[in-house]
Amino acid sequence: MNQNKHGLIPPKFRPVINRELCRRCKRCILSCGFEALTFENGVIGIAGECVACHRCITMCPEGAITIQKQPLDYRDNEYWTVEIREELYRQSESGGVILASMGNDKSFKSYFDHMVLDACQVTNPSIDPLREPMELRTYLGRKPEKVTVEKDKQGKFQLKGKMPANLLLETPIIFGGMSYGSVSLNTHKALAMAAKNCGILMNTGEGGLHKDLYPYTDHIIVQCASGRFGVSEEYLKRAAMIEIKIGQGAKPGIGGHLPGEKVTAPISETRMIPIGTDALSPAPHHDIYSIEDLRQLIYSLKEATEYKKPVCVKISAVHNVAAIASGVARAGADVICVDGFRGGTGATPKMVRDHVGIPIELAIAAVDDRLREENIRHQVSLIASGGIRTSADMIKAIGLGADAVAICTAALVALGCHICQQCHTGNCSWGIATQRPELERRLDPEWGGQQLTRLIQAWSYELKEVLGLLGVNAVESFRGSRERLRGIGLSELELDILGIKHAGR
Amino acid sequence: MTKPMPEVAPEKTEDRLIIDASQKYYKVLNQEIRLAVSNGAHAIELRNVNGQRYLADGINKRVKIHIHGTPGNNVGAFMDGPELYVHGNSQEQVGNTMNSGKIVVFGNASDVVGYGMRGGKIFIKGDAGYRVGIHMKQYKSSVPVVIVGGTTGDFLGEYMAGGILIVLGLTADGDEFVGDYVGTGMHGGVIYVRGEPVPAHRLGKEPARVELTEKDNALLAKLLKEYSTELSLDFDKIMSKPFFKYTPQSHRPYGNMYANQP
Amino acid sequence: MVNHNYQHESSGCGLVGIISTTGKKMSGEQVLRAVAVLHERGNGLGGGFAAYGIYPKYRDFFAFHLLMDTAESKTAVEAYLQEHFIVEHGEAIPTRNPSERYPQYSSGRNLEEILPEITPPAIWRYFCKPKRPEYSTDGLTDEDYVVQGVMHINENIDGAFVISSGRNMGVFKGVGYPEDLGHFFKLEEYEAYTWTGHARFPTNSQGWWGGAHPFTLLDWAVIHNGEISSYGINKRYLEMYGYKCTLMTDTEVVTYMLDLLIRKHGLPTEVALRAVAAPFWKDVDRMSEEERKLNEALRMVYGSALLNGPFAIIFTHSRGMVGLNDRIKLRPLVAACKGDMVYMSSEECGIREICPNPKRVWNPRAGHPVIARLEDGVK
Repeated sequence: MNQNKHGLIPPKFRPVINRELCRRCKRCILSCGFEALTFENGVIGIAGECVACHRCITMCPEGAITIQKQPLDYRDNEYWTVEIREELYRQSESGGVILASMGNDKSFKSYFDHMVLDACQVTNPSIDPLREPMELRTYLGRKPEKVTVEKDKQGKFQLKGKMPANLLLETPIIFGGMSYGSVSLNTHKALAMAAKNCGILMNTGEGGLHKDLYPYTDHIIVQCASGRFGVSEEYLKRAAMIEIKIGQGAKPGIGGHLPGEKVTAPISETRMIPIGTDALSPAPHHDIYSIEDLRQLIYSLKEATEYKKPVCVKISAVHNVAAIASGVARAGADVICVDGFRGGTGATPKMVRDHVGIPIELAIAAVDDRLREENIRHQVSLIASGGIRTSADMIKAIGLGADAVAICTAALVALGCHICQQCHTGNCSWGIATQRPELERRLDPEWGGQQLTRLIQAWSYELKEVLGLLGVNAVESFRGSRERLRGIGLSELELDILGIKHAGR
Repeated sequence: MTKPMPEVAPEKTEDRLIIDASQKYYKVLNQEIRLAVSNGAHAIELRNVNGQRYLADGINKRVKIHIHGTPGNNVGAFMDGPELYVHGNSQEQVGNTMNSGKIVVFGNASDVVGYGMRGGKIFIKGDAGYRVGIHMKQYKSSVPVVIVGGTTGDFLGEYMAGGILIVLGLTADGDEFVGDYVGTGMHGGVIYVRGEPVPAHRLGKEPARVELTEKDNALLAKLLKEYSTELSLDFDKIMSKPFFKYTPQSHRPYGNMYANQP
Repeated sequence: MVNHNYQHESSGCGLVGIISTTGKKMSGEQVLRAVAVLHERGNGLGGGFAAYGIYPKYRDFFAFHLLMDTAESKTAVEAYLQEHFIVEHGEAIPTRNPSERYPQYSSGRNLEEILPEITPPAIWRYFCKPKRPEYSTDGLTDEDYVVQGVMHINENIDGAFVISSGRNMGVFKGVGYPEDLGHFFKLEEYEAYTWTGHARFPTNSQGWWGGAHPFTLLDWAVIHNGEISSYGINKRYLEMYGYKCTLMTDTEVVTYMLDLLIRKHGLPTEVALRAVAAPFWKDVDRMSEEERKLNEALRMVYGSALLNGPFAIIFTHSRGMVGLNDRIKLRPLVAACKGDMVYMSSEECGIREICPNPKRVWNPRAGHPVIARLEDGVK
């Protein structure tokens, strides 16, 4: 029955070459990680292989390539969508779980796009961020409820006792966890360089820490996930903060699977597993079956690092996230990262990606409220992640109560990613989500570091601009200040959960 | 050394039209001033001023007004020509958006002196507050001048687009002559600070220190001679310490900040 | 549930504060004159005064000044006070008959014509002590107990507001120009060693008697010019500690914040002020190690307590008076002293009106408080 290797699924994209412009340099053919271009009396685009990653277009010196959707009409049916039909074909042909990558791309309401910000007019002056001080400095870690002072010999007040370990961010953004394995080493290097340049942090994800990143220790968050890949005393030492990953927005409640073919020599060394074996992350941590167990792991890590490093716990935004976060705070976490359902991944069952978890906007609002009701908000810093696309999303997340945001997909886009959503294939033409040496080489870490540095700089400018128009000159004067946000087109219940009023009120 | 000749012969006290301001609402007081000016008064003396705002605002005749007491906010705003002598301290916004003329304050001035000033001179004998000379600008042949004899607060010459700002620090008594963020956002004009160079951490991002030229020295001497004469200060003492000059590094400091929409 | 349904208002204003550091008493006439000079800074929608040392006879009692809109609210308040406090004495606060004509008004008008609200609410004072077992095990101080009472009345009794609750002090405020209200409240009959006065210019709400300044809690009283742009987060921070911001104005958060930091967290005044008007990081980075550590800790812990936006405030308590500006000085404040007297005002003319030749007059630096204290030994 099978007519081609794509079975019942028709081709999606096709590279179209303008033969008059094409100089036949074949750069496009070399640049495609998906073998969607070939040469036969000229360059030919192969329909069905192309994923619209746009690498060839970027590389073509003549502007001779366009990517078109393969024209194909289905009989209209708003219920049996084309996507559903194709998934059914794929499953019936394979008998497998449909794999996908990046984040939930369904048309759920984005609450970020239904919130607007306030601005000063007359009664309080806006502040010009270019000429007057504007402070973005943010500390991640546990804070005591109050400061205690004593007088020194000269009668001057000084701090009594010691502050718990906190990490300083020059701007409230970090690079979220993306493992070496799901992304290339050059991607990790670019992230680490930018983190250092910007005075922020990058998270290694659960794939261990490559030796090349050791010089960036002060800007590294290492992850301790259920697979414990690469977790060693050395690993813990080489980090500014340790994150226990319980869940991830793209795949709450399930484990991970890096296929053996991706476990190359350097990955094997970094993850501390043999070359070519599957790297399986269990669904839960098998030493954490309860909140008390989480406390045990948190304190094991604190003891191992002599309480010098804050411990973060990353959880997916699920229905009961507020109560869970409260428990996590009480278990001793210094930082909680809440990852919303738009959060990305290198590979996950598509069904899970698209149908499990809740939006980060609602989650962060609920968590911040809950921690305040229990008067334990100061015990933890809150990081919002999972679908932060722009500085506007970041700003709104901070207004809802986040201390900082973690960005992943946005950072990859800065490295060239065009969101073709094929990370799980390992064929990333941009050298990001791949371990193929010839593809990985394409990403120059120096250039990538600069791209990311400029992105963080631009977002920081924009954050300063917004703080200025809100009439405050420190980010903590806006953080959790819900009254500076208004909703548009939201129901009373949604407004209540977000803790904001509707525009016009 | 011969005494310099004042620009205008001092008016005789008996020529002054005297207005008692006690308990007078500013609206009434300003009406009386405007009436006197339109009737051709060359010199007016306001006595017992305390807090009346907007004195001499928008007046465009050459008239001398002596203010005794503490004038309220916005004295000399939008003024175009008169000479004001404040025998006391002035409050906020002296010479707001003033076009020409002169304001001499024998005491201290509060915040925002000479905001958006386009021409004329403001001489303060004592200290001045925050944001002195903010957004002063020069246009065609008008070059505004602000001289502060004492010290200033933060944001001196903020957004400065033109004109001349001079700080002498005569009252400093060991304190810094200028506050923090000197010349922040400056993209025109010149700031001279007497005594010591402004420490790098107190300088805004935009200005830079440059060497004084002969032309600068001549300009300072001319302006400070006038200043010391008006305020009966010792010119030689003022000139006995070096001056440091700050000018913007660019007229378009934010040219590289923006990216075009794709 | 957290209540997010609130609205707050902002205002521009005129401030005056006077203190005799030797505790010499003066009548309300001076503060009245000074605040009248700042007439232009108000718009007739609010004025008020705080006075310290006015109730020597009841010095050990918490003096509750209350605004009560209806007879029902008064009944409810009195029932609550009787249940939870020993009420030594209660009476209406004396006021001038608003319909009487006064020579002070050259137009021959009366207060009824001048004050925008013809019938102000009932204004009463009650001198109370907490009614609690001698060996109470609830862990509360008398002050905590009074704060709970104030929060309860303000939140739960319709139409009733506690406008002050300190010992040997009181607040007089309402809708109108402060000079008229001072006349209404017969301030010339009170003798105090500290006075503050406030002319209000609310911008986005109708004036109401409870919304005028000063705002108080126990013996803290705050008058404020400006807007706290960080109101939203300041309020949420205070709510964690049981403060209910019911009066819908940002000045209230200033009062509660100082109460939290100074009284409940035990920070010395100077240190608490560094938390609410923190030095910039750029300056903290240049400090000596010890100083840097303290300032960093304050900012880390009290980031949500930072008062951000343009403001000048004068706050007073039984032992002193403090003036403070925002960190980049977006509102005016002038200080002066002569002999044992310290003056603060939004404009120098307010001070000159009552002290024509002060020994020293100055503009305080942004974020740097001016602190005046009663001399040691002064009762």
